Amino acid sequence: MVFSYYPGCTLKNKAQRLDQCARRSAQVLGIELQELPEWQCCGGAYSMAQDEIASKLAAVRALNGAKELGQDLVTLCSACHNVLKQANHDMAENEDFSRNANNYMKLAEPYRGETKVIHYLELLRDQVGFEELAKRVKNPLTGKKIGAYYGCLLLRPGKVMQMDNPENPKILEDFIRALGAQPVVYASRNECCGGYVTLEDRALASKKSGAVLEDAAQMGADLLVTACPLCLYNLTKNAPTGHQLPVVYFTELLAQALGVDTAREDGR
Amino acid sequence: MQRIGVFVCWCGSNIAGTVDVKAVSEALGREPGVVYSINYQYMCSEAGQNLVKDAIRDQKLTGVVICSCSPRMHEATFRKAAASAGLNPYMVEIANIREQCSWIHKDMATATEKAIILGRAAIAKVQLNAPLTAGESPVTKRALVIGGGIAGIQTALDVAEAGFEVDIVEKEPTIGGKMTQLDKTFPTLDCAACILTPKMVDCAQNENITIFSYSEVQEVKGFVGNFRVKIKKKARYVDETKCTGCGLCTEKCPQKKVPNAFNLGLDTRRAIYIPFAQAVPKVATIDPDYCNMLKNGKCGVCAKVCTAGAINYQQQDEIIEREYGAIVVATGYNPIKLDNFEEYAYSQSPDVVTSLEFERLTNAAGPTSGTLLRPSDGKHPHTIVFVQCVGSRDTSGCGKPYCSKICCMYTAKHAMLTREKYPDTDVYVFYIDVRTPGKNFDEFYRRAVEEYGVHYIKGMVGKVTPRADGKLSVQASDLISNEQLHIDADLVVLAAAIEPDKTARSLGTMLTASMDTNDFFTEAHPKLRPVESPTAGIFLSGVCQGPKDIPETVSQAGAAAAKVIGLLAKNKLTCNPCVAHSDEWMCNGCSSCEKVCPYGAITYLDKEFRMPDRTVAIRRVASVNEAVCQGCGACTVACPSGAMDLKGFSNRQIMAEVDAICKE
Repeated sequence: MVFSYYPGCTLKNKAQRLDQCARRSAQVLGIELQELPEWQCCGGAYSMAQDEIASKLAAVRALNGAKELGQDLVTLCSACHNVLKQANHDMAENEDFSRNANNYMKLAEPYRGETKVIHYLELLRDQVGFEELAKRVKNPLTGKKIGAYYGCLLLRPGKVMQMDNPENPKILEDFIRALGAQPVVYASRNECCGGYVTLEDRALASKKSGAVLEDAAQMGADLLVTACPLCLYNLTKNAPTGHQLPVVYFTELLAQALGVDTAREDGR
Repeated sequence: MQRIGVFVCWCGSNIAGTVDVKAVSEALGREPGVVYSINYQYMCSEAGQNLVKDAIRDQKLTGVVICSCSPRMHEATFRKAAASAGLNPYMVEIANIREQCSWIHKDMATATEKAIILGRAAIAKVQLNAPLTAGESPVTKRALVIGGGIAGIQTALDVAEAGFEVDIVEKEPTIGGKMTQLDKTFPTLDCAACILTPKMVDCAQNENITIFSYSEVQEVKGFVGNFRVKIKKKARYVDETKCTGCGLCTEKCPQKKVPNAFNLGLDTRRAIYIPFAQAVPKVATIDPDYCNMLKNGKCGVCAKVCTAGAINYQQQDEIIEREYGAIVVATGYNPIKLDNFEEYAYSQSPDVVTSLEFERLTNAAGPTSGTLLRPSDGKHPHTIVFVQCVGSRDTSGCGKPYCSKICCMYTAKHAMLTREKYPDTDVYVFYIDVRTPGKNFDEFYRRAVEEYGVHYIKGMVGKVTPRADGKLSVQASDLISNEQLHIDADLVVLAAAIEPDKTARSLGTMLTASMDTNDFFTEAHPKLRPVESPTAGIFLSGVCQGPKDIPETVSQAGAAAAKVIGLLAKNKLTCNPCVAHSDEWMCNGCSSCEKVCPYGAITYLDKEFRMPDRTVAIRRVASVNEAVCQGCGACTVACPSGAMDLKGFSNRQIMAEVDAICKE
């Protein structure tokens, strides 16, 4: 199984472990992730402005790159996934946007949302299968009580993302179960961590993250997993005193369970 | 030579506001064949009709064109007027310059031009009209009521009371419908069972009423006055004529773990069951999905204990064919599934219930014998949150766009009764708007707020989350104080939207009765013919036509019965003379028309023909049964040789209309 792979900027810096563990695990699972050549930043956040084109073009270039290679495009970072998937939806469904973007880019062949964008979790669920994944686990995380933290970007808007039910998701819980651990379902697993608000109102971000952590702890979680670097930042750096919980990327757990080397490439 | 009169109606300002009616009547007055043209404020009024009648007599008119509203509205009115003045009623044509012109256009100049063109087309058609005489068909003096809830029961009782036979077809093992599951009824708080079960018994005892329970309508053929219906009586594996309803089998059956549909799965029943104590007919039914004997041939306990010998494991579905003059649809509703509303945690916690489940939890005959207890731990809930409009008035696509109409009142009832029985319970109701139009309804709601201290909060619940300690954490917004609320509740009750029963759509197709996008049956006129379907002989009773509470349902059921009685009281019905007719000399016997006819009105005959060379040939030709033909015209389009034609809408007439419209 060969896929185009879009890591995104953060995964080359702060969130290297998210990226490295994912790629090493994929190798073990027999999946080839080919990093898109010359990919650019996805834009970081999907602009809600109807007439905003420029900030979405990088995403469209990445989507078109995968189309030219004839491959489905795998993403990992929640924010990148959200931007790519929404931009792709616009190219397929929003005629005005699609025409303007194509006029601007002057591609050999206009892009109309042909590329299938799949999140790494969907890859595990739909290509590998969680049952198969469970069989591949070498170091089951037995006895661990793990809370899945979806945040807001991974599943919403539900009609576009189409990954799971945004109000009662189960893909991460099924993943946790496949690794041999016990998923903990808690109220705020799909609530916002504070996101970019941390830049201008750190106290608010701290309040939002604190609510998530407190809720998860109350339901008995001793570890949280996420797919989003910004969530991980808020949940760890903005955690109110007394509410800290360890938070890791879901791929770190995956690599650990599969018995894959989890050391950072840069040795840090 | 034709002498045609043109009558242009203003319809007050409905037409005259957008169409220059004077210009229209002048322009049409100059058309060939038109000898008289006039405009008037209300042509359908008595004075307007007299204008038409007088002109027919004075001007010796041979044809009449009325430029007015849709023919669905007043064609019959003007035909009757023409007939009373001695003109064949089928020499009247309507040009619809209201719905198809003035109502949909804004610019007077172009609307006037279009009105003239429409009038011209009608004139061209009426030139070719031929006088037609309507035939008659007999009326079968029996009505079919589909659905045995309160709507169907009331219609059946009223029709039977007038002396006509009525059959009730009910798909469940007992009649009674949703009302049997309710506890008290608003706004008077009388017990639902106490007022309903006597009516159920009346149905069973009325000699004019036959109940086909556990049965479904499978096929409907025919037309008003002469419907032929196939009813599938599903095998209940119990001989209805022998079963005494003693209930011994339902106590001895070893299969105890069947979810009890009557209690909405809140408890269990046996594989052989009587839905509830007052069921009509009070006859046991075996659930084939759970019965060990039917599934693997091992058991037979019920047959052993039945002293009446009523159990019959070999029973098969039975098809019954009956004829009816009228059909009443009373298929009712169901609460919607809550799959699209996971934020309320209905699938995650047994303590999040629907309002109908709440009825069972407070009903003396329910799973808790009427004591309000949480389904999860059987404890008394101290904080209850009611959420209204779950899926109603929803434009997001997750629910229904309409108001379910009954939820505001039953939620006020639930809240009030809870506070009365359990004063230590805190009750919150979240609403978008409280809608209580109805006799004594608003007074009822105010009592809940003012006398019983129910906390009504304008705003919606965003999220319900089951917590580790068994509580439900409810996150909501209070729109009036602009606050976020967090309530720790023991029980959350969801007022789920109601939708037409799933069988409605297929039944609508069977009856060729029109439905709206929400699968509610459409009435013939939203104000003036609210209990009739546009399809002749089909009547509507209860929620199948739109959300309704019990008082409104019963009123509508009675109205539908009155219409049925009016129809069945007639010995003969006038047929529509605009039926298909085949030119036997042109017909080549290809069967194309027979295949497309939705009414089965066309058959083929082998007929002797004297040919031009004086030989006799036997040819296969189409023959139309005029009593069955509904004049839909499908055959005239399908006929490759042009032999089939529709009286009153002949190919020549339609082409003449098209030519008149296209003419410069």
